[in-house]
Amino acid sequence: MLNDFAGIGVFFLVALSFGILALATAWLVNPKRPNPIKQDTYECGLKTEGETWVQFRSQYFLYGLVFVAFDVECVFLYPWAVQFQCLGLFAFIEMFIFICILLLGLWYAWKEGALEWI
Amino acid sequence: MDVLENLFTNIALYARNLLMEWSVSYSVIELVILFLAIIGILGLIVLDALILVWLERKVVGFIQERPGPNRLGPAGFFQTIADTLKLLSKEDVVPRSADRWLFLLAAPIVFVPAIMLYAVIPFGKDMVAVNLNVGLFYCFSIASLGTVSFLMAGWGSRNKYSLLGGMRTVAQMISYEIPLLLSVLGVVMIVGSLNLSDIVSAQRNVWFILIQPVAFVIYFIAATAELNRGPFDLPEGEQELVAGVYTEYSGMRWALFFLAEYTNLVATAALAVTLFFGGWHGPWLPSWMWFFIKVYFLIFIFMLVKWTYPRIRVDHLMHFGWKFLIPLSLVNLVLTGVGIEIYRVMGG
Repeated sequence: MLNDFAGIGVFFLVALSFGILALATAWLVNPKRPNPIKQDTYECGLKTEGETWVQFRSQYFLYGLVFVAFDVECVFLYPWAVQFQCLGLFAFIEMFIFICILLLGLWYAWKEGALEWI
Repeated sequence: MDVLENLFTNIALYARNLLMEWSVSYSVIELVILFLAIIGILGLIVLDALILVWLERKVVGFIQERPGPNRLGPAGFFQTIADTLKLLSKEDVVPRSADRWLFLLAAPIVFVPAIMLYAVIPFGKDMVAVNLNVGLFYCFSIASLGTVSFLMAGWGSRNKYSLLGGMRTVAQMISYEIPLLLSVLGVVMIVGSLNLSDIVSAQRNVWFILIQPVAFVIYFIAATAELNRGPFDLPEGEQELVAGVYTEYSGMRWALFFLAEYTNLVATAALAVTLFFGGWHGPWLPSWMWFFIKVYFLIFIFMLVKWTYPRIRVDHLMHFGWKFLIPLSLVNLVLTGVGIEIYRVMGG
């Protein structure tokens, strides 16, 4: 079990070095002639106006909140799904109630307009 | 046929025996075998990208009634190699106002989850690099990390198109991750395991697409959105956002994003084959050959969908995910549970 995750660790290191090696190879052969105009922010040939790093609208934050609620729910559902056939009818009904509560939450978020992209 | 069937497992066995003779310790042997598997997978990724870029351009050409690449090599097959060499020799431009570290690191980081996905996928009989008991769960947790690099690239570029593209990518990916996670739960309930090898062997007689057709449709749609492929390619919608998060990237750094996109495409198709199309099961041909035939067929469907449907609007995209796919996948989950209970009562 722990050995398996050591394998995953090796995969991580190789994956990271693959990208870095590709970039290093390119760095060895590519031209490096920076100039101020080339390094300008691209905006269809015009000078960029105003600040870019602005606060994004708060509606976006609501999506994040609903996402976290549902993602945690998924984490709860996975172990249940694995053991589903062993647990019997009781666990099924229990999880049915859990899903109903979640649907209620989704309905509330929907009603309050948290799911509207403006 | 047996030689072909066991080609890769025999190579591993041969290497293992050779190392045994040299009396190398057990953990070193395991490490060497793992490295062999990783080299195989990396070769596969590069080869797949070369073939898929060419194939996609040919398919687009066919759909739009033009020849596509046709100059270099047979049917323009070497075009991708020429493009790679060109990208390798291009200057790596970093905008002056960008957040330098976020901008530079985003490209290698986008590649990490893409490669790590391949660790647990069974490519054929006994052909899995790391046989993890929580394989499916691992796949989804790793795949969702890809979002971080898009946010890094979008924010780090300090370009308005990049920022909007990055924000849209993140919104889209987190919205469609939930139906993706919920859709495969039905399969997990039937098999009772998260190990991908177990899921494949459970499909010896009947593929899960026949038992879980709705789950497959949800998986397919949500996976298309996760991959940012058309008709869900709003994050890089060139008519409104130039190139989305890729706007400021050039040369090899851009190529890494591009390569990661195809790597993710193959991984997603491979996961779909494992979950719904019986994995490597199939008659006559070697198991790994069946696996790749199925994967490429599914990728072909992905390409057809991308190039025949118009891009959908951003608010429609979010509404479709939250107000249709999530309730539908929850209903599918409950119906699967009821189905299994009924089957158990009838059977036992």
